[in-house]
Amino acid sequence: MSTAATTPDSNYLNVTKGALSWLLTLDHKRIGILYLVSILSSFFLGGMMAMLIRTELLTPGDTIMTADQYNQVFTLHGAIMIFLFIIPGIPAALGNFVLPLMLGAKDVAFPRLNLMSWWLWITGAFIAVASILINAVDTGWTFYTPYSTTTGTSVTLIVTGVFILGFSSILTGLNFIVTIHKLRPKGMTWFKMPLLLWGLYSTAIIQVLATPVLGITLLLLAMERVMGIGIFDAALGGDPVLFQHFFWFYSHPAVYIMILPAMGVISELISVFSRKHIFGYKFIAFSSIAIAVFSFLVWGHHMFTSGQSELVNMIFSALTFSVSIPSAIKVFNWLATMYKGRIQLDTPMLYALSFLFLFTIGGLTGLFLATLATDIHLHDTYFIVAHFHYVMFGGTVIAFLGGLHYWWPKMTGKMYNEKLGRIASVILFVGFNVTFFTQFVMGSRGMPRRYFHYQEQFTSLNQLSSVGSYIMAVAFFMIAGYLLHSLAKGRKAPANPWGANSLEWHTPSPPPFDNFDREMRGVDPYDYTGWKYDESIEGYVPVGGGDGTRDSRAV
Amino acid sequence: MTDSHGSEGHPAHLQHHFDNSRQQFSASKLGMWLFLATEILLFAGLFVAYAVYRSNHPEIFIYAHYFLDTKLGGINTMVLLLSSFTMAWGVRAAQLGQRKLLVALLSLTLLGGFGFLGIKYVEYEAKWKHGLLWGTNYNPESHDDHTGADEHAEEVEEAPTAPETGAPDRLNLEPTVVPPSATGPAGTVPPGEGLPHGQGAEPDNVHIFFGIYFLMTGLHGIHVLVGMSLIFWILLKSIGGAYGPKYFTPVDLVGLYWHLVDLIWIFLFPLLYLIH
Repeated sequence: MSTAATTPDSNYLNVTKGALSWLLTLDHKRIGILYLVSILSSFFLGGMMAMLIRTELLTPGDTIMTADQYNQVFTLHGAIMIFLFIIPGIPAALGNFVLPLMLGAKDVAFPRLNLMSWWLWITGAFIAVASILINAVDTGWTFYTPYSTTTGTSVTLIVTGVFILGFSSILTGLNFIVTIHKLRPKGMTWFKMPLLLWGLYSTAIIQVLATPVLGITLLLLAMERVMGIGIFDAALGGDPVLFQHFFWFYSHPAVYIMILPAMGVISELISVFSRKHIFGYKFIAFSSIAIAVFSFLVWGHHMFTSGQSELVNMIFSALTFSVSIPSAIKVFNWLATMYKGRIQLDTPMLYALSFLFLFTIGGLTGLFLATLATDIHLHDTYFIVAHFHYVMFGGTVIAFLGGLHYWWPKMTGKMYNEKLGRIASVILFVGFNVTFFTQFVMGSRGMPRRYFHYQEQFTSLNQLSSVGSYIMAVAFFMIAGYLLHSLAKGRKAPANPWGANSLEWHTPSPPPFDNFDREMRGVDPYDYTGWKYDESIEGYVPVGGGDGTRDSRAV
Repeated sequence: MTDSHGSEGHPAHLQHHFDNSRQQFSASKLGMWLFLATEILLFAGLFVAYAVYRSNHPEIFIYAHYFLDTKLGGINTMVLLLSSFTMAWGVRAAQLGQRKLLVALLSLTLLGGFGFLGIKYVEYEAKWKHGLLWGTNYNPESHDDHTGADEHAEEVEEAPTAPETGAPDRLNLEPTVVPPSATGPAGTVPPGEGLPHGQGAEPDNVHIFFGIYFLMTGLHGIHVLVGMSLIFWILLKSIGGAYGPKYFTPVDLVGLYWHLVDLIWIFLFPLLYLIH
């Protein structure tokens, strides 16, 4: 920590050496990298589970596993992807790295809490994975009672793990809120922040306010199993549906924890690669806050068929429809940003365009499910599975990949193979649609989700969906391949390869330990007029000369 | 480490990524308030559970709360309030650099914490002895034999032995305050069959109250313990003279936490002990 970063080649990656200098680091950039490695490992594990599911579903009945094993595999796919990958994904990995840089700050407000958050993540993940090895849970990732209080699988253990992961998420959110409030530089008013920060800020509000409710819910579930308090047990006068209310009071806002930072990433990508100022800045910023507020008011739409009163159903249905308004505002503003822009189809932009397409389908199919009458037909079918994956995979994961490619040069100091990047993103897009559009069709024809043995008539559609998932697997192996290759053999990244103007591009790639060698001032992050392309470094340099890392060109 | 403040005098407590002590203090304070918000939401789940079950089954809550000792609960409320006062005074002492006073006040606060937990222990023990517990462990007849809970897993049909407070008598006075219970989910009491009026008989599922009672006071008790550990930690530091007018952030933040613990109890006491 005390090593001075004075030599020109010194950066956060080489300033200190050894495993402990990473495992005990307080540097937000290194913690971001730790998170990145951790969540990508989880993604690999969850992805393997997905492959097992799709392979099993190639034929009705036993294909490669028993029905009980199938229940365990789809539960783990959901639990790992949601709690270990997608929730911490963009905020903790990309956000940790980028947020202080975008603010021109040296670190987040509480570096020690930041490190603690990662260690809590590791502890929670370790416990969750241990529960798989002992006796994997088969309840589905939602842990619905009464099954979760009666099954013999290790629910208590995985719930403990998720409880700890919740703490990790809270600490990240708390840290980000305080950092954005207190560490903005001179000249960076709220409305001069890059929109990713608005996304992360609204995400953090949900993390801080919703996650404790998950904590108490899981605590009650564990108490129910360990001590038999009977609060969710109808035989003891308890109410199992109360668990659903508690669970979704967190878990519906949680899907906005997943999508809001993704929307923030997309706001950056669309503007930078259209070479045009973002359109409707304040609308995009406030729609993030609006989504965060609405997110707390829609949980009841998960219980349309659980015996809620019709009045309550109607209220939740109406509120659910209203979430589509801020989401649509964002999409329209992104489209307006691209209109008459000079669109450059670099890999991150291809992901941003995929996002627009897939998220729109995911969002619009959400309206089908918010409609009470159609939901009765579609509830618990593959339509829901497809909708969820269009929003979470087509939305969040695609945006995460876009962001990963966009900040990869900043994080690693290396450029990846652009051509392979583009090819992989197209393969992924095709594979995704083959996998999940098929599931819309299956669901609307009545195939229930989570079924092990399905009717013969769905065989060909299931097989098509499985083929799509294999295509996606190919794309992911390609991505992993060229990114790892770039670490060893990649071209050295310029300070600003994309011509972006938010503050993280005003410092070398990778950044020095203290992020900047001077005090930063706020700039208009979407004003690209100060940068011009320089063939010799294959990156952008300030119009006035220099390499962009010396002159902050404050406005 | 190099930074832009190299030439100025750098207080030892100022971390490298903050510009000045004021920024660091206000960041810490905002962080603490956010943390307190998460604590409130953690308890909110239990308050919601309380509200749902009380509105569905008021007869259970009215019947069962007579088993709680209002006197002990009241004393405990006073103890916590006093300890909050000494804590707040302690923050003031830290700000004014009155080290000896700070040490004395923190010790008093810590003492209040011990007092609270001691009284809580007496209350818990009485309930444990009388089998006034949660779920299937609820077994008010087996005064001495708690291990035989399994034999009584079935619903307890008969009225329990009257508690020392003379609950049935007091119930007799105002039989009409007991409204008929709403129709709850499967397995709960049908309307009108809650409490046979005037007989002081036990409604079904009284254990629900004790489940909620132990969850709420137990989680609160854990928070008291955490608060006491924090107070102990700043007590040790303040003996060494760590805090003064220039740096008192930990005292301030621990104080906030302790007030929250106090505040939650202020809500728990009437909700659990003073039911009408």
